[in-house]
Amino acid sequence: MTMHRAIAKTAAETRLAEQFSALRGAAPSLWRDAAFRRFEEAGLPTRRVEAWHYTDLRAALASAAPLAKAPDAAAIEAARRSLASLARAGGTRLVVLDGRFVAALSDAPPAGVAVVPSAPEAPTFSDVDAMLALNVALTLGGCAITIEPGRRAPLIEIVHCFSAGAPEAVYSRLAIALGVGARASFFERFVGTGPGAQRHVSTWISLAPDAKAAHVASIEDGAGLHVESQVANLAERAELDAFGFVCGGGLVRRQVFATLAGEEARIALDGLALIDGRRHADTTLEVVHAAPRGQSRELFKHIVADEGIGVFQGKVIVRPGAQKTDGAMKSQAILLSPHAAMNNKPELEILADDVVCGHGATVGALDPEQVFYLQARGLPRNEAEAMLLEAFGAEAIARVAEPELAEILLSMTRAWLARRAGAAPT
Amino acid sequence: MLEIKNLSVEIKGKPILDGLNLSVATGEVAALMGPNGSGKSTLSYVIAGKPDYVVTSGEIRLDGENILELEPDARAARGVFLAFQYPIEIPGVATMTFLKASLNAQRRARGEADLTTPDFMRTVRGAAQNLKIDPDMLKRPLNVGFSGGEKKRMEVLQMTLLAPRLAVLDETDSGLDIDALRIVAEGVNALRDPKRSFLVITHYQRLLEYIKPDVVHVMAKGRIVKSGGPELALELERNGYRDYASEAA
Repeated sequence: MTMHRAIAKTAAETRLAEQFSALRGAAPSLWRDAAFRRFEEAGLPTRRVEAWHYTDLRAALASAAPLAKAPDAAAIEAARRSLASLARAGGTRLVVLDGRFVAALSDAPPAGVAVVPSAPEAPTFSDVDAMLALNVALTLGGCAITIEPGRRAPLIEIVHCFSAGAPEAVYSRLAIALGVGARASFFERFVGTGPGAQRHVSTWISLAPDAKAAHVASIEDGAGLHVESQVANLAERAELDAFGFVCGGGLVRRQVFATLAGEEARIALDGLALIDGRRHADTTLEVVHAAPRGQSRELFKHIVADEGIGVFQGKVIVRPGAQKTDGAMKSQAILLSPHAAMNNKPELEILADDVVCGHGATVGALDPEQVFYLQARGLPRNEAEAMLLEAFGAEAIARVAEPELAEILLSMTRAWLARRAGAAPT
Repeated sequence: MLEIKNLSVEIKGKPILDGLNLSVATGEVAALMGPNGSGKSTLSYVIAGKPDYVVTSGEIRLDGENILELEPDARAARGVFLAFQYPIEIPGVATMTFLKASLNAQRRARGEADLTTPDFMRTVRGAAQNLKIDPDMLKRPLNVGFSGGEKKRMEVLQMTLLAPRLAVLDETDSGLDIDALRIVAEGVNALRDPKRSFLVITHYQRLLEYIKPDVVHVMAKGRIVKSGGPELALELERNGYRDYASEAA
């Protein structure tokens, strides 16, 4: 049966098609064409698309903001000044400004690490997610980072920032490739923008046999829309520890498509989302075990306040032949208000017979017995709650192995909690 | 110090305390004994300010001030301390972090400066040593995986650090072997002070061999039915609570 989209294009979709035509006129590309065809075929995702059931982007996206222009010298200087106040996590800093890699703002790569200031051609596959296809079709820039085989690279920090100004959209791509046995840690930070910004980013992580990577993504600013796709491919015995931290963004969608392609690959996908006001944060995972003896672990925690909405969808697929797969997924959420909501959908699709896979999800309020105990010892209610919430979040952050990154995330968590405690009447 | 007048309390519509009257004088160690279900633990929770209990009549005065409208932390800052019968586990919060936060919160509420870290560490280590608490335990999450005895010793450590004016001990002897009981009782006795009052709630007379009360109150069916000297505890030990048994029990 062929699916036809009977619905008329939305204003945003029409605008996106115009933007694509303009971009294509300037730089024709077959892979952009293929990607945009895929996007047009699917359209902006609605609730009827299973993977987007809790985040109706078609309804939420009233308009497509104009594409950000390439930053000029003045914009680069302005960014240099604002970046100076962003404490470095250490290691090498690379900067993506308005969707483009800016060498002038970036450190020189260390030995054994190559940084190419444009993302390579993207593979397109027919059933790829519509928003990932859109990201590829409209890519303005990005970079490719390659770690040579056997190399242990120092921490690489990638800061995504915007030039201040009118509402605009960026589409950027980052490719990370680790050679055989290489090791590296990456910290992608999304900073410095406000509600007018629409950010579409993708990170493609490719791990050769025995490579080991850690990746932390941190959404810290107030971008109106943040759509982030992570596409990871793990060869045999490769290991990836990826963490997603969300404490900003109006509508945030993080989606991870991971394939454990080689035997004995191991992946850990963890995260913490702090959602207040009327913000919406969606984390959707698809982990495919395509080879035997792979291991996947997921722990996602959400703290949802006010009228915030949290979404966690985790799908683990065990392909035929991926025997001895070991998968465990956990989602825990604390709701701080009667109007806060959490949607959990863990899913297992197991097509091999000798596997151990499990999942669990909990949603609840803070334990009143714990709050009373702390209050009885003299802690005011808001401090007692903040202490319990910090402990809850810290358990997820403990999955981040790099101490300097864990400390940054912990301090952002404390700041978020302090803002809440300060704002909440007691 | 503590004046409770005509206190009636319900939980989920069920009456637990029924016009209870009780006074504890400054510097006094009062024992509160009674059969299961007589309302002893409820009284301790209501003094500390636990939510969910509905006070339908009466008042609780601490040094003349009615504390019933105060939040639990405000009561703590005024010197009320409840040693829990079942101390709550707080995963993810290191015991030391918790001790420092609670001590400083109380100091701030009283308009005092925070304790410096070296002063705090010295105080905690000294108190922990007296209670035979392993310093490593202070790094662990509060009460998580602690044995019954460790939890009770931790309650006494908190009491020592917070130096309350009124300490309510809710069945602190429950679940303790004789050695742990002795350590806990010594910790309590070390805090006896002419300016500090204790309300020691217990089901058994045994604890009172270690913590000698000045006065013993017997509670049944949500009120104090008899008060007397230490000999009252011995009498209860001989005769049991059959004279006071609540109908519900």
